Amino acid sequence: MIGASLPRKEDPRLLRGRGCFGDDVDADGQLYARIVRSPVAHGRITTIDTKNAARASGITTIVTAEDLPAIDRIPVRLRVEGPDLTGYLQPVLAADIVRYAGEPLAVVVGEDPYVCEDAADELDVDIDELPAALDAAEAPQAAELTRAYGDPDTAIRQAAHVTEITVSIGRHSGVPLEPRCLLAIPAGGDLHIYGMTKVPVYNRDLLASMLNVDQHSIHVHPVDAGGGFGIRGEFYPEDFLIPWLAMTLNRPVKWTEDRAENLVAANHSRQQRHTVRAAFDEHGHLTALTDDVIQDNGAYCRTHGIAVAELTIAMLPGPYRIPAYRGHASIRLTNKTPCGTYRAPGRYEGTTAREHLMDVAADQLGIDRVELRRRNLLTKADMPHRRAISTLGTDLVLDAGDYPALLDAAVREAGRLGYRAPAGDAKTRHGFGLAMFVEKSGLGPRETADVTITDAGHVVISAGGTTLGQGIETVLAQIAADALGTPAENITVITGDTDKQPFGTGSWASRSTVVGGSAVHEAALAVRQEALNHAAKALEAAEHDLELVDGEVVVRGDPAVSVSLAEIARTAQGSLSARRTFEVDHMTYPYGVHAAVVSVDEDTGAVTVLRYLVAYEVGRAVNPMLVEGQLRGGVAQGIGGALLEEFGYDADGQPQSVSFLDYRMPTAAEIPRIDVLLTQEHPSPGNPLGVMGAGEGGINAVGAAIANAVRDALGRPGPIASLPLTPATIRNRP
Amino acid sequence: MHPITVTVNGKPHELTVEARRTLADMLRHDLGYTGTHLGCEHGICGACTVLLDGVPVRACLVFGVQADGAQVRTVEGLAGENDELSDLQQAFSDHHALQCGFCTPGFLMLAEAYLAEPAARTMTETEARELTASNLCRCTGYQGIVDAILATAEERARNRGRERT
Repeated sequence: MIGASLPRKEDPRLLRGRGCFGDDVDADGQLYARIVRSPVAHGRITTIDTKNAARASGITTIVTAEDLPAIDRIPVRLRVEGPDLTGYLQPVLAADIVRYAGEPLAVVVGEDPYVCEDAADELDVDIDELPAALDAAEAPQAAELTRAYGDPDTAIRQAAHVTEITVSIGRHSGVPLEPRCLLAIPAGGDLHIYGMTKVPVYNRDLLASMLNVDQHSIHVHPVDAGGGFGIRGEFYPEDFLIPWLAMTLNRPVKWTEDRAENLVAANHSRQQRHTVRAAFDEHGHLTALTDDVIQDNGAYCRTHGIAVAELTIAMLPGPYRIPAYRGHASIRLTNKTPCGTYRAPGRYEGTTAREHLMDVAADQLGIDRVELRRRNLLTKADMPHRRAISTLGTDLVLDAGDYPALLDAAVREAGRLGYRAPAGDAKTRHGFGLAMFVEKSGLGPRETADVTITDAGHVVISAGGTTLGQGIETVLAQIAADALGTPAENITVITGDTDKQPFGTGSWASRSTVVGGSAVHEAALAVRQEALNHAAKALEAAEHDLELVDGEVVVRGDPAVSVSLAEIARTAQGSLSARRTFEVDHMTYPYGVHAAVVSVDEDTGAVTVLRYLVAYEVGRAVNPMLVEGQLRGGVAQGIGGALLEEFGYDADGQPQSVSFLDYRMPTAAEIPRIDVLLTQEHPSPGNPLGVMGAGEGGINAVGAAIANAVRDALGRPGPIASLPLTPATIRNRP
Repeated sequence: MHPITVTVNGKPHELTVEARRTLADMLRHDLGYTGTHLGCEHGICGACTVLLDGVPVRACLVFGVQADGAQVRTVEGLAGENDELSDLQQAFSDHHALQCGFCTPGFLMLAEAYLAEPAARTMTETEARELTASNLCRCTGYQGIVDAILATAEERARNRGRERT
């Protein structure tokens, strides 16, 4: 079962329109909420007059910060040791100062969502505008971080050659196709919630502490989620407001975000400026690398704190042997939407900076771009490679792999597929770009899974992850099927339910297959062992003569002698069950190579991606079709960030990207057929399945590969200055 | 409020709707056809695509009252009589054309309408890609969707050829 591209368990319901997304759930007697948001980027609130609006027919109540109980601001979930961010956290409703256009000011609650929206427009809001900080370079610093080892300054001074470039990454984000939604239903002193995902147990516990109720009185129910990508499922102001209103009003309250809100309210990401320097000896060997990062974090530190900045500078050295390194990040606060993680946080940005630097350096050194990389890659003999850096509370130990072999394989594959840049014509230039990267996955510290065989012989997994579209139900079923000799289609996987799995750590950081899958594997093996114990007694056979086939325990070589798992479960007092928690100290590090062929129209500045290849080592693919799907989807998002997507602001801090006309996600017309070379040659030693994560390897190096291909097409000696490479930025370059 | 009658997936409904209520909200919240999804409510993403008298429309840009007397087809109407997946739905699963599944109903209805047109009998990959470019998907990178639509078109053309011979 592991290794088979089985059809997904999720597909039948989704294809029939029978998914259960947040807004699909209704409760009898529910009220609707509409968030009133700041119309300005920065200002002092003088009045919020709710009287007129509250008089409208069908309006139940309107609440502002004054009406809230005494609660703390929303805390950081992903803490990085060091800086104290308390002063920069976001309140659930702004009380005196607003710090970005879109910040929640009030909530209108009423009987009908259309009426609530009307009333929200009638709210009288007076704000004395203050100057808006929009350029991170000039904005106040919330925190700074350094990750370093060795003596890079001396190495740079003594280097035969130093290359320095500055590259900016634009402000863009995950933008799942389903906007956020929440339904909170009070019942008998408890609260039932639909719409939370990603980290439902964490969110439940935080909500319980903010509401000052018992954790177990809050029940988070599973929903399908219309894409996650890092931004969905974090604890936002609405995650307090809607449950609190339901509890206070003792009525179900439902909130469904519209797209204009989503684009200013949910986490933005990425916006960084890198000044990155590499020192080389006379043979083209790296002797040092430094990076100074300025991150535009928007108006507040949200649940990710400064984890994106930390990941950026911790992962920047990538696949190379770098004797001395220093990454420094300065996290600045601007009057824009706060930022969080977006798929491959910090790596999309850092890989762009480092791999673009490698191309510029190679050209300056007169060394072939691939050869310069090959010369500096860590080798198989270096594994495991410990870097004197920590990230997300773990030591950074590159665990397995053969980086030069994958680079060579990718170059061969690109050649085989005819990736050499075709000759351009008078007005169209073509370019080839390549980038290499190390990804991270399988963040611990733990994940829990329960595997149960019911008295009907059905297998039920209660997993700690959540469904986000990644196919977690299929993957976990395949892992359990492997251990239990039961077809995956006979296995039910429950995710995102805090009652059924109260110890779940959630689906993020490419961790669910690695950590959650390992927990399922161990729980399934424990259940298998228990089934064998029972069967050995029932069949009067030795355990080692037994095997599990299709839901039956049979005597090897004598399949007529058997007992079904259902019978075993019935004799074992109704069910066979095991709970296992898989704990892990270190992450596992998959890696890959991206290659792109682009054309650039010199008149219009338009860039077209003609070919795209991802070569990726995943340790072991539980379902190769799903891994390839993750990689292709990631590439498409990465092309969006490289060429199209950007949250623009005008000079007053007014957001300019509040619809899909202005926030331009790629369509099928902008995404080419994507070639994938999936390798499974270096299983991770850190988990029993040998798996590495697949969620982020598709997006990690897209900015880098596209930037390198465009630079190649234009034949520029210097770097491209910034992503996204819109037609205007290409036309306006000298 | 306006009384209307509308037939959805062959089933007649009578209801009263506000003039400003969108067809999408009416289908989802008044009639319970929650397979039609709203991704942007301004006509770009196409997740809410349904067939109005056989023609694909953005249900977020059509008012419920405009469907008075019309036949509407939603994703819930695609599966066969015994609830078996249609060839198009099955192709979406076979080609891994969906991940989160939120945009899927829109792509299915869009493709369903196009596949009914004579031009679909000779559909090329470029045409399948142009069609797919009408809607947004944030998960798949579109390749599976293009492949699924193309495979369905080819299979239907083959079946038609077989029926003729």
